[in-house]
Amino acid sequence: MIKDEEKQPEISNRRQSMAEYLSPKARAIKPSGIRKFFDLASGRKDIITLGVGEPDFVTPWHVREACVYSLEMGKTQYTSNAGMPELREEIGLYLHNNFDVTYDPAKEILVTVGGSEAIDLALRALITPGDEILIPEPCYISYSPITALSGGVAVGVETFSKDNFKLKAETLKAAITPRSKVLVLCYPSNPTGGTMSYEDWLPIAKIVEENDLIVISDEIYAELSYGDKHVSFASIPGMKDRTILVSGFSKAFAMTGWRMGYACGHEDLIAAMLKIHQFTVMCAPVMGQVAALEALRNGLEEKDRMVESYNQRRRLVVSGFREIGLECHEPQGAFYAFPSIKSTGLSSDQFATRLLNEHSVAAVPGDVFGLGGEGYLRCSYATSVSQLTEAIERMGAFVRKLKGE
Amino acid sequence: MTELKMKILELLKEDARLSAELIGTMLDAPVAEVKQSIAEMEQDHVIVKYATVVNWSKVDDEKVTALIEVQITPERGRGFEGIAERIYLYPEVKSVYLMSGAYDLLVEVQGKTLKDVASFVSNKLSPIDAVLSTKTFFILKKYKQDGIIFEENEDDHRLLVSP
Repeated sequence: MIKDEEKQPEISNRRQSMAEYLSPKARAIKPSGIRKFFDLASGRKDIITLGVGEPDFVTPWHVREACVYSLEMGKTQYTSNAGMPELREEIGLYLHNNFDVTYDPAKEILVTVGGSEAIDLALRALITPGDEILIPEPCYISYSPITALSGGVAVGVETFSKDNFKLKAETLKAAITPRSKVLVLCYPSNPTGGTMSYEDWLPIAKIVEENDLIVISDEIYAELSYGDKHVSFASIPGMKDRTILVSGFSKAFAMTGWRMGYACGHEDLIAAMLKIHQFTVMCAPVMGQVAALEALRNGLEEKDRMVESYNQRRRLVVSGFREIGLECHEPQGAFYAFPSIKSTGLSSDQFATRLLNEHSVAAVPGDVFGLGGEGYLRCSYATSVSQLTEAIERMGAFVRKLKGE
Repeated sequence: MTELKMKILELLKEDARLSAELIGTMLDAPVAEVKQSIAEMEQDHVIVKYATVVNWSKVDDEKVTALIEVQITPERGRGFEGIAERIYLYPEVKSVYLMSGAYDLLVEVQGKTLKDVASFVSNKLSPIDAVLSTKTFFILKKYKQDGIIFEENEDDHRLLVSP
């Protein structure tokens, strides 16, 4: 017990608020722009949402059942840090058969807690403070904050609607400096639905080679490719050792909540990521790994059915947006359409806010996805046909109102 | 059967009210071709009827359904066809299947009350000469019919907005 006379000596620079305990890096992170729309929409029952970044299918029953059975059998222990060997083998086989890339399950594949952890591990393993990380935008919202946490500098590389949001060699080249180290790719793209073909990749691969870059290729939407088959950046000649391929089960197998992802790459890079992984999360949850194994072994047919259904709805929304007078490039992947709302004269944020308040349709304004996103709206079509039809009707009424104003 | 027709059937099976225009957009096919395909399938009785799946347990006017296993003596030259027809022409008979195994026909009968169904069996079905025996099973609850789960929790558990 401390008596009055024994009081601790006065510390002159005591912190005045809890925030002051936080590291400057944690303080500097801005909350996601999506948050605002989540708050505006939550609690309202009348809303049709095009704002959801996940499948509208529930995980197929045979996958759920495999997990339930494993729990009944008492499979509740840690797995090896890199993930169950049979799962890594199955992932290796799946990538080899479907995407023309071959990895050694023993050394080059790491099972992670969602693709998100894999991206975090890769950036942490690669970044020396001051390194510049090239990020084609508009893109998924987490690359840049994770980069900043490791002391890296995120450098946006703009992509454009006129190019179907493909990454172009000229713009990439212009963003490169002597400090450039990593290029983060996300194709098929969230939020634009843009994809890259073999021919599109070649000039990018050349720049990567010439500038000695490492690539983190987030291919979580690979299976959701509607035109040509997905081309993994790691499958481009000479790129395998320069690429950390990140993917997972969330989108293709409707398994978002399971948090099952993986990273594949050169054994030295995977070994470094594995060190961070083992000290931070130990291993991905065993029940998720069991389910992922079942999905790969017996879930490919069900996956194809889901992809076909997204494709049908993709055509529906793109044609719907064009009919109500919104310009919309043809997305070739993921489950997002990215129509332009520039013709309405509103900013993305204004459009999305009013659409939600006045017509009860939720969507995400393009500007939250970085450079080139302003003037666009991310609309997920992973929702039922009747909801999509109704949403497009409501948006049509809103657009007509705006253009009449 | 063309691939387009198969895809149209898949869509109509889930929602018979989809318009030809919408189906055309979703399948990236000309509307005229979709209309033509549907017309052909209607003509060929591939598409037999556009009916509604009703969960009768939610309607006050509840119905009683029974599955009846029927053993019959086949007729010379016609097999089971004639007897099956004599049974399926009754409006209270909802479906009739020829089965392999211990009995011959599986007959689904619907009535307003238990008594209705029982009287159908004793007054109409059993007296048919070729019918050797019947076993009646009343349905207590329907969980799933034609691939549709009746009491499915249809709530969307997803967050309204997510990255």
